[in-house]
Amino acid sequence: MTRPMVSCEGVGKRYRLGQLSGYRTFRDALADRVSSLAAKRRGEHDSPENERHLWALRDVSFDVSQGEALGIVGRNGSGKSTLLKVLSRVTYPTEGRATVRGRVGSLLEVGTGFHPELTGRENVYLRGAIIGMRRREIDRKFDEIVAFSGVKKFLDTPLKRYSSGMRVRLGFSVSAYLEPEVLFIDEVLAVGDVEFQGKCRDKMGSLISGGGTVLFVSHNVTAVKALCPRCILLEKGRIVADGPTEEVFDTYLAVARSSEDRGGIPDDAPRRGTGEARFRRVDVLGPDGRSVDEVRIGEKLRVRATIEVLRAIPDAVIEVGISTLDYVRVGTSFSLDDWDKGAPLDPGWYDVSVEMEQGLFARGYAIDVGLHHRTGATVDFLNRVAVVHVRAVQKALRADPFLSIQRGYYSPETRWGLLEQTNPGRGYEQDSKGGA
Amino acid sequence: MDKLVVNISSKRTRIRNGLSELWAFRELLFFFIWRDVKVRYKQTVIGVLWAVLQPFFAMVVYSIVFGRMIGVPSEGVPYPIFSYTGLLPWNLFSTGISSAATSTVSNSNLYSRVYFPRIIVPTATVLTGLVDFGVAFVVLIGMMLYFGTPITWNIVWLPLYILLTLAIALGMSFWLSALNVRYRDVRYVTGFLTRFWLYATPVIYPSSIAKGSFRFLVDLNPMSGVVEGFRWALLGTGVPPSGRMFVFSVIISLLVFISGVFVFRRMERSFADVI
Repeated sequence: MTRPMVSCEGVGKRYRLGQLSGYRTFRDALADRVSSLAAKRRGEHDSPENERHLWALRDVSFDVSQGEALGIVGRNGSGKSTLLKVLSRVTYPTEGRATVRGRVGSLLEVGTGFHPELTGRENVYLRGAIIGMRRREIDRKFDEIVAFSGVKKFLDTPLKRYSSGMRVRLGFSVSAYLEPEVLFIDEVLAVGDVEFQGKCRDKMGSLISGGGTVLFVSHNVTAVKALCPRCILLEKGRIVADGPTEEVFDTYLAVARSSEDRGGIPDDAPRRGTGEARFRRVDVLGPDGRSVDEVRIGEKLRVRATIEVLRAIPDAVIEVGISTLDYVRVGTSFSLDDWDKGAPLDPGWYDVSVEMEQGLFARGYAIDVGLHHRTGATVDFLNRVAVVHVRAVQKALRADPFLSIQRGYYSPETRWGLLEQTNPGRGYEQDSKGGA
Repeated sequence: MDKLVVNISSKRTRIRNGLSELWAFRELLFFFIWRDVKVRYKQTVIGVLWAVLQPFFAMVVYSIVFGRMIGVPSEGVPYPIFSYTGLLPWNLFSTGISSAATSTVSNSNLYSRVYFPRIIVPTATVLTGLVDFGVAFVVLIGMMLYFGTPITWNIVWLPLYILLTLAIALGMSFWLSALNVRYRDVRYVTGFLTRFWLYATPVIYPSSIAKGSFRFLVDLNPMSGVVEGFRWALLGTGVPPSGRMFVFSVIISLLVFISGVFVFRRMERSFADVI
C-alpha cells in the first residue's frame, strides 16, 4: 500500500479575531495590555476563548493518493483557501499535522513574483525561481514556457506594459512547466479568457494522467465535476462530506433544513410575483402522507402546498417544477392539465396536492412552486422550496456498470425491438437506402 | 527517486533543518538580490552613480562643517578621507537596516502565496547594499591615491570587518523586519534609530576624543569596532583588532545576529496571517 501523497491529520487553524484585522501599532498593543490588566483587577474574567477566536479549520483529516484529483468545495468562508494555504506552507496549522510528499506546485495566484519594472524574460526567471525551479531548469524550459504563453514578441518589454491577460498567461505558463508531483490550485481558472482556461484545464489533465496529484479548490461546479472524481466538502472549517463528486455536490447544493419544520417557508425566502397570494408550506409526501425528503426511483412524487390567498384570483394556475440541484429544470407541470381555465380563488387558505409519475435517476432534486394568472402574470414563485432525493432501491444497482449510470435525468420509456441477424455488407446497403 | 517529504505542523522546525533549507534556497537569495539591483538601476538614469553620490556628498558636507568649521581632529589623515572611510561601512549598515525593516511588508504578496524561507527577504535586502558598497569603495581607492595615502598589509583585515558589518546589519534587520510585520510603527523607529546611532559611532569624529565613560559607551557600540577597524585596515589610524572595542563589537554582533535569527523564525509563522 503506497503512502498517500498528501495527508492531513486533525489539522486545525485558529485565528485570533484581532489578528484578522491586520497589524497593530505599539500604541494599540500597549493599550490592550493596560485594559486587560485593568479588567483582571476588577475581577472580570477574560472573555471566553471562543468569542475572540475563529477556527478557520477544525479537525480536518483526509488522504490523497498518487494520481488522484481531489476537489475541495464549500461555501465562501468554509476554509477551503485556508486549507490550501496550510498545505502550501504559507501559513501554519494551530493543531494537527499534514504531510506532503514530492515536489509541490501551488497555483494560489498567477502573478506571484512578477516585478513590473523587469522584462518578461527576466520575470520568467524570477517567478520560476520563486516557485522553486532551478536556474538551469528554467534555461532548459524557457522556450517552451514562452511558446505556451504566447508573448514571445514582448519578451524584452517591461512587464508594466503587458495587459493583464498577458501577465496571467505568462504567470501560468511558468507554473505549468514546474512539473510538480503535487499541485494545489485555488480558483486560478477563474481568470483568463475561454481559450486560456481551456489550456489550463488541458495542462491539469495531462498532469493527472502523468501520475501527478491535484488538489483543486473551486466554486465552478462544471470544472470540478469534469476533473475530480472525488471531493471533500468543507463547512465552517470542518469536513462534512468526502466521497464521489456527484454525491458531495448533492450535499453541497441542498438547501439546509431543520427536520422539525421541513416544509415551512420562512418569511424572508427569495420569491417573486405580485404577492396576491403566498405559498406558506410545501411538502413532499411519502405514501403514508407524512413529509419525507426521499423517494424511490419510479415511485410517485407527491407534493402538497399550502397557499394563503390575500386578494381574489379568478384564474389561478399552479406550477410545480423539478430541478436538479445545479439549477437545471428537468420537468414542469401546470395545474392546467386538470383545471383548464385556471381556478378561481377567494381570499383564504388553501391546500393543494399533486401526484406526479416520475422516472428520474437517483440524485438530489429541488422542487420549485409557482402560482400564476392564466394570462401568465406571476403571483408567487419560489425556487427550491423543498429538496427530495431520489434513491435507487437495491444496493446492487449502484455497483452495476449500467444501472448506476447518472448521465441525464431520466430514462425514457422504451420498448426495444428484436435484435435481428442480417447479412453483413448487403445489410448495410439496405439500411442506408432509408429506414430501419 | 528520493522523495522530498514535508511535514507541516504547529511545531517549529529545528535550526539544523532550517540551515539545510536555506542552502537549498540559495539560488532564490541571489535572484532576489539580482532583482533589487536590476530594478534600482533600471529606474534611474544616473543609476550606478547614486551609489557613490550619497557617501560622497555626505563627506563633503561633513568635511566643511565638522572638518573645517568645527575643527574635529582626524588623527593625521585629511578629514575627507577620514570621514569617507567611516561612511562606507556605516552606509552599508544603515541603508541595510532601513530598507530591510520594510522589506517584509513590501514583499507581503509573496509571503501570502508562495513558500520559501522568509528570512531570505531581509537577507537579500542587506546584501544588496554590497553592490553600492563596492562602487563607493572604488571611489575610496581613488581618493586614497589622490591624497597619497599608503596602503598597508592591514588591509587584509578588511574582509573580516565587512563580514562584521553584515553580521550586525543582518541581525538588526531580522529584528526590525520581524517586528515591523506585527507593529507597523517600527518603520518610523528605524529612521530615528539610525540617526541617533550615527552620532554614537565614531564616523564623524575619532573615538580617541571620547574619554572615560563616554569612551566605554562608544566601545559598547558594535559599529564603532567596525568603523575604527576600517580606518585601521585602510589608513593605519583608528583602532586595531586587539582593543576592547573590537572584542565588544564581535561579541555583540554575534549576539544580535543569533538572537535576530531566533526572533525572526519565531515570528515568521504568523506573517501570512497578519500581513
